[in-house]
Amino acid sequence: MDTQNLIVINGNEFTFTPGETILQVARRNSIPIPTLCHLKKANPTGQCRICVVEVEGARSLVASCAAPAGPNMVVRTETPAVVEARRLVLQLMLSSGNHNCAARVSDDNEWSRFQLEVNRYDKTDALCPVWGDCELQHLAYQYQVSAERFPKTEVPYEMEDVNPFIVRDFSRCIKCGRCVQACNDVQVNNAISFGYRGTDTKIVAAEDKALKDSDCVFCGECVQVCPVGALVEKNARYDVRPWECEKVRTTCSYCGVGCQLWLHVKEGKVVKVSGVEDVAPNYGSLCVKGRFGFDFIHSPERLTDPLIKENGKFRKATWDEALNLVARKLGDIKEKNGGDSIGVLTSARVSNEENYIANKFTRAVLKTNNIDHCARL
Amino acid sequence: MTNTIGDMEKADVILITGSNTTENHPVISTYIKRAVKFKGAKLIVVDPRRIKIAGFARHWLRSNLGSDVAWINGMMHVIIKENLYDKEFVNARTEGFEQLKAMVEKFTPEYVEEITGIPAQKLTEAARMYAQAKAASIVYCMGITQHISGTDNVKSLANLAMLCGNLGIEGGGVNPLRGQNNVQGACDMGGLPNVFTGYQSVNNADAVKKMEAAWGVSGLSDKPGLKVTEMLPMAHTGEMKALYIIGENPLVSDPDLNHAKKSIEHLDFLVVQDIFLTETAQLADVVLPSACFAEKEGTFSNTERRVQRVRKAVDAPGQAMDDWRITCEIAKRMGYAMDYADAEAIMKEIASVTPSYAGITYERIDYEGIHWPCPAADHPGTPILHTAQFPIGKGKFHAIDYIPPAESTDKEYPMYLTTGRVLYHYHTKTMTGKTEGLNERSPGSFVEISFKDATAYGLRDGDTVEIASRRGTITSAVKVSGMAVSGTVFIPFHFIEGAANMLTNAALDPVSGIPEYKVCAVRLAKAA
Ligand code: SF4
Ligand code: SF4
Repeated sequence: MDTQNLIVINGNEFTFTPGETILQVARRNSIPIPTLCHLKKANPTGQCRICVVEVEGARSLVASCAAPAGPNMVVRTETPAVVEARRLVLQLMLSSGNHNCAARVSDDNEWSRFQLEVNRYDKTDALCPVWGDCELQHLAYQYQVSAERFPKTEVPYEMEDVNPFIVRDFSRCIKCGRCVQACNDVQVNNAISFGYRGTDTKIVAAEDKALKDSDCVFCGECVQVCPVGALVEKNARYDVRPWECEKVRTTCSYCGVGCQLWLHVKEGKVVKVSGVEDVAPNYGSLCVKGRFGFDFIHSPERLTDPLIKENGKFRKATWDEALNLVARKLGDIKEKNGGDSIGVLTSARVSNEENYIANKFTRAVLKTNNIDHCARL
Repeated sequence: MTNTIGDMEKADVILITGSNTTENHPVISTYIKRAVKFKGAKLIVVDPRRIKIAGFARHWLRSNLGSDVAWINGMMHVIIKENLYDKEFVNARTEGFEQLKAMVEKFTPEYVEEITGIPAQKLTEAARMYAQAKAASIVYCMGITQHISGTDNVKSLANLAMLCGNLGIEGGGVNPLRGQNNVQGACDMGGLPNVFTGYQSVNNADAVKKMEAAWGVSGLSDKPGLKVTEMLPMAHTGEMKALYIIGENPLVSDPDLNHAKKSIEHLDFLVVQDIFLTETAQLADVVLPSACFAEKEGTFSNTERRVQRVRKAVDAPGQAMDDWRITCEIAKRMGYAMDYADAEAIMKEIASVTPSYAGITYERIDYEGIHWPCPAADHPGTPILHTAQFPIGKGKFHAIDYIPPAESTDKEYPMYLTTGRVLYHYHTKTMTGKTEGLNERSPGSFVEISFKDATAYGLRDGDTVEIASRRGTITSAVKVSGMAVSGTVFIPFHFIEGAANMLTNAALDPVSGIPEYKVCAVRLAKAA
């Protein structure tokens, strides 16, 4: 074996291909290393430092997401020093803003006061909108940290909910920068960036405008990658909790890209859509139509019954009545004027199977080739 | 598409024309933008509007409406003259080069500039850039096809790609972006008047025999049927008696709407099957409620020929049923049994009669879709077409001359109108219009006009303006925009109020039957 490309992680040897990061080698071999800022589709920034590991011979801890694996490197992923560093990062994140997921333990009164304050700010009595679906919360439990270590710092920026799709809650932002990379490096919409400095850092759109007044095109890539509750779909916020939903994978019904979607279903209704990561053609990305344009599914204007027109007005009919009428009429016209006096418009919107059936019906039953669809229109 | 979506990130040069990619195929545009920003790809955009993706381009060539054949021939003129073409490819894999060469001879950059308005120097530079790339991808959409010369435009792009050996290689290709989710599938599945599934011709006796055997019928017609753009006029003259429309709304999407409505009213019998009571459904004698994509099992084939699964997430409302079940019920009542247990059973039949889908099963595409042609159960699919040869053997160059659009401006109608879509809506808006947020972002029809024209007409953002063509008049709101180039306005076609297609020209491409939505002459006046 080529000893050049061997690395030791937690006492076991693994091969790597040059250019692979420590994190990639670890993940490939099912060794967990937590990350927050890391975004698979973009270059690592090493911003959050939660992924640090110990590398023998290195002077300080190394951010595994950015450090390339090297020959004969000896890496440890959960040493006391590593754990302590991660706890510190988490404690700092939790101390700033409204992380009311009960990871912020404190004595009873202090907690109640904080919780009430956040509820007032959120205009709800529910816990954080992404409770149970938050990577920071998950790590806080995993590393058993609280927010007590540092005094709470206030976030000076107001929540933004003036656009129809995305709520930006800066009080829950951990400034990991995933959204900035999603917007600039994945979608390349270049709508948001880091603004201001130090503790005032804020993710800003243009010169700190509302998203709706910026270059944002509401693709929602930033929402999908946000590890915490800072960016949440407006319509799903508080109303949709992951444990209430079942996810069904399907293909977007708008344009011809055919993005792979998860439909999140709650009580028989589609309540949220997200992109399917790791598969072609979209690898998690969507556009505004695919992600937010699903209300038509449960629109009260949907047709629910067959309709027959009588004296210029529609009346509801049973399937039997309507289907018999259609069959009789088409049969009569075919009999009298021939199949070529009938045309079928099938659809670029319905499935292959349905187009096939329309094609078979037209040719085998109506005995005409008058079939087309409106895609040229 | 001859190539895949992912392939675009491997191109050295990408030429986009007639595609407002960021708005109409947003996720594909991310591949192109990443190619430019991170992979060093050079982008050429040829479009009459200064669309957003032009901001990523080395060259934005502003072409006059309907002048595509001219600039494409012009590029080929430069490429041939400067000996930049791929001789090996041309010799080994194509025929008709001499005729092409003779045809493009007269399309000097200067002559092309006269027709297209593209400066000769820029055209030359773009031609060199395209020809010198190791792999160059051509991406186009309706801006190429919706012209009376649409078929010519498409063939011209194929000429250009062949000339530079850009077919059958990674990062190359001629890549039409399909506007609707399953246009590709509707065509693949025989939703066309001249072919059965998999483009098997209806006047091929063997294909007819095969289908008759598979379907257990006799007397299939071997005469190509009518295109949609021919059906409506024949309804008008009374030759077409009945239409069965599944999931389409030609009353908003048809050019020259006034005429389309009258034609449909002439029918003896109209059945419309849809999820909403669309403008077209309102004219029907019988309306059949169908299930939407989230309520059924099946497959769609995307623009890169990838067959992907559609799965049922929720129940259809009320009595609504899968489209295929409805059609099968009608067939049964007309004395022909079409019984299938489920959508998967239909796919099995499709695979059995369609060589390019023969290897597709639900099981195989469960996790990731497969690109057809997929002729066998162990075939991996075909991401890139024409790697070794073309279906017809040698690729044929078509020597094509430029013809001007059907309508041009004059004293009475001094401005050009072109139409298209916006990011926030889709087609006739029956679906997107139900999401409040999308309506909020894009509330209604507008006419996009350049700063210069706005000043000349004394118009300001938000003013109501009357736009008239030889076919109709609408009112719309002014949107002064840097995307517009003076002399040409743009109106999206989604809206029934201020419908662009009251104005557009129904002149058709003689081969494809596609109307010339992209060019007509109009006049503007500030509404009183
Ligand atoms: S929604 Fe899309 S465009 Fe808008 S900020 Fe997020 S990633 Fe950027
Ligand atoms: S999410 Fe957007 S880009 Fe993707 S298929 Fe749907 S409409 Fe097209």
